[in-house]
Amino acid sequence: MVAIHSAKRLGYEGVAVTAPVTVPYRRFSINSAHWWIGRALRGLVAASGLRPADIDGLSVSSFTLAPDTTIGLTQHYGLSPRWLDHIPMGGASGVMALRKAARAVQAGDCDIAACVAGDTNHVDSFRRTLSTFSRFAQDAVYPYGSGGPNANFALIMSNYLRKTGATREDTAKLAVAQRENAMRFPHALMKKPLTAEAYLEARAIADPIHLFDCVMPCAGAEAFLVLREDIARDLKLPFVRVLGSIERHNAFADDAIQERGGWERDLDELYGMAGVKRGAVDFIQTYDDYPVISMMQLEELGLCENGGIVEFVRGNTFTTDGTCPHNTSGGQLSVGQAGCAGGYLGLVEAIRQLTGQALGGQVKDARTGLVSGFGMITYDRGLASCAALLGKA
Amino acid sequence: MTEPLTPPKRKNPLKKTRLPLLPSGIRSRTAQMLTLVAAEGRFALPTCLDCGAVHYPPRDACPKCLSARIFAQEAPAGGRVAAETIIRTSTDPYFRERMPWRIGTVVLDAGPSIIAHLQGDVATGSRARMEWKLDKSGQAVAFALPEKETPNMADDPQLREMTLDPKFRRVLVTDARTAVGQEMVKALAAQGAAIVFAGLAEPWKPAPVRDALAAIKGVEIVPIDITDTDSVNELAGEIGAKVDILINTAEHIRPGGLMERKGVGVAREELEAGYLGLVRLAQAFGPTMRFRGADGTNSACAWVNVLSVFAQVNWPQFGAHSASQAAMLSAAQSLRAEFRAGGVRVINVFTGPLETEWYQAVPPPKVAPSQVAAATIDALKRGLEDVYVGDIAQDVRSRLAVNPKAIEREL
Repeated sequence: MVAIHSAKRLGYEGVAVTAPVTVPYRRFSINSAHWWIGRALRGLVAASGLRPADIDGLSVSSFTLAPDTTIGLTQHYGLSPRWLDHIPMGGASGVMALRKAARAVQAGDCDIAACVAGDTNHVDSFRRTLSTFSRFAQDAVYPYGSGGPNANFALIMSNYLRKTGATREDTAKLAVAQRENAMRFPHALMKKPLTAEAYLEARAIADPIHLFDCVMPCAGAEAFLVLREDIARDLKLPFVRVLGSIERHNAFADDAIQERGGWERDLDELYGMAGVKRGAVDFIQTYDDYPVISMMQLEELGLCENGGIVEFVRGNTFTTDGTCPHNTSGGQLSVGQAGCAGGYLGLVEAIRQLTGQALGGQVKDARTGLVSGFGMITYDRGLASCAALLGKA
Repeated sequence: MTEPLTPPKRKNPLKKTRLPLLPSGIRSRTAQMLTLVAAEGRFALPTCLDCGAVHYPPRDACPKCLSARIFAQEAPAGGRVAAETIIRTSTDPYFRERMPWRIGTVVLDAGPSIIAHLQGDVATGSRARMEWKLDKSGQAVAFALPEKETPNMADDPQLREMTLDPKFRRVLVTDARTAVGQEMVKALAAQGAAIVFAGLAEPWKPAPVRDALAAIKGVEIVPIDITDTDSVNELAGEIGAKVDILINTAEHIRPGGLMERKGVGVAREELEAGYLGLVRLAQAFGPTMRFRGADGTNSACAWVNVLSVFAQVNWPQFGAHSASQAAMLSAAQSLRAEFRAGGVRVINVFTGPLETEWYQAVPPPKVAPSQVAAATIDALKRGLEDVYVGDIAQDVRSRLAVNPKAIEREL
């Protein structure tokens, strides 16, 4: 048997991330995913001053693009890229697209990669997406009450609360803080403030998941550019650097029920690569398909000691001006979940925060931000976990 | 504790009958390995023949060694409920009108975690006994039951969606003159069926059978001759909307193959009472039953064919009869597909030679008619689809699975 040692990973020197774009969300749309992704590309062109023909790399994340994949979009939009990627990975889409595009740019496989996530939401899209999401879901989840991800995460959450001693008051705290952040973010679909009482008294969806634990499915798109630092400077674009990143899938296959996502397997590498002390970040954007999953991330990504999550949530504040600024645009819980764009939301917001372009509340002196991706619950657990540390240039 | 089921009220004829909806029936072909075990009421899990790893959901490669040699193998049915939820909102029309619905994560003694329907007496932390059930779409689903029988367990509304319990239901036994038919009527009445319609051709003729059956509480003698289209249609006109379970016990058993018989008279009679009888019943009773698949506590739920196991492979000693049974088996498969939209289950009860006069010359083991009735009741209560009654039927089933050519040469 040969012992395999992992090579030391290269840094992301010379790579710039810029041009945060959001195509304002809508609850329902009569347009196609192609329309939404097209709007986002146009937004990138407008934000950067580039011509469409300058885009020589394209990465797309979408669940509602069928029967197309990214390749069909090249002809659709009149692009002629030399690097192409298709990443329909839900909540992991953003960080995964970033990592791959950064390497492509660094290696010279392309100069300017447009990373776009967009999905439409027709009146019946959500039910269709749920019933055909994965083979395991078709075979072993959807026929069991067809509760969708709410039912899956209800099982995970009830176990999590029992094991950690966390209560719904704790998850309420995160949801309420996010709504407060969203009140200042112009693109949030949720416009009304949320109180802890309203969160606690909301109707049950799949116990212990209640209404305000759930995201609202909607249509929308998010995008950013990954390009060489010298090009960003020539274009006079404010940009951020990738300090470190990790990704891990199906991390703890033998856990009987999901209690951790996978980040802990590579966490030392994430912070080590970036030269950042564990948890020493100015803000964190978690993938908040449910507040309980954000709690899982805060702990596993090292924002608190192992086993200290309940104390951490109770001892901190999570608004943009809080002790632990979290999901500073309001997250999916308040902005809405536009399919795969939900996996871009935190990353696009992090680029804004670190370049001083926040559309809502600006985290003061933000220099280092952590973005986390999670998702793809094909059977009983989210399979994908990933994270990126971003730094102000 | 499960609330005992209350007898359904008399149906208001002005009210709209609730249309049958189905839970999602989309499954991968690989997952159908569980349909096979659910149909027979076994508990098995996908198992790698190379490394022995047990996994779930069904895969096409072993998640431990990547072998493709994966089969459903009998597995310990115990487990512990690690988490549960009550689903109150669903995007699916079938579940929407059955909310709330309880499911849970069961950590199986065999290893994997499985998302399962929960019987009402099973909760987080408790031990459970797993069964594969067929749901209304006809597909296999995991069901967590209490380890030991609890009071009124079968009355649990989620469980009753998967089973075909005769309790409070109205059952037609198409031919109560046969030995199997008589035992069937008695057994159903004992199981709390609301009405057992006992079919007799020419019931006005005095017969001790008729008087004995009529004396049983809940039994109603009804006239039906399944070789006569008018007779079948007439009865369907009378009671068709009240038949929740139909059990076809008609039989016409004669020994012999094809060559020794002169002409097609006997063969035709076998088809009249067998295959064509089934066609008549299907046309007269089928559409109404399919329409009533979600009609409350006593919805239409099952169609039972009592068949010779030699429908599956010809037994030359009863060669022509086997052929007529094979026609009925094929028709039953068609019926299964036709009934699917209504969620009505088609059960085939395969028997070996019966302890009756037409099998007089056949040596034992033979099947007592009461055994056939007991197996049918068991199939209804558990919600099975294929049942093999007696040693011969089991033997034929096993041998067919191993080598159909061998059994063809040996019979």
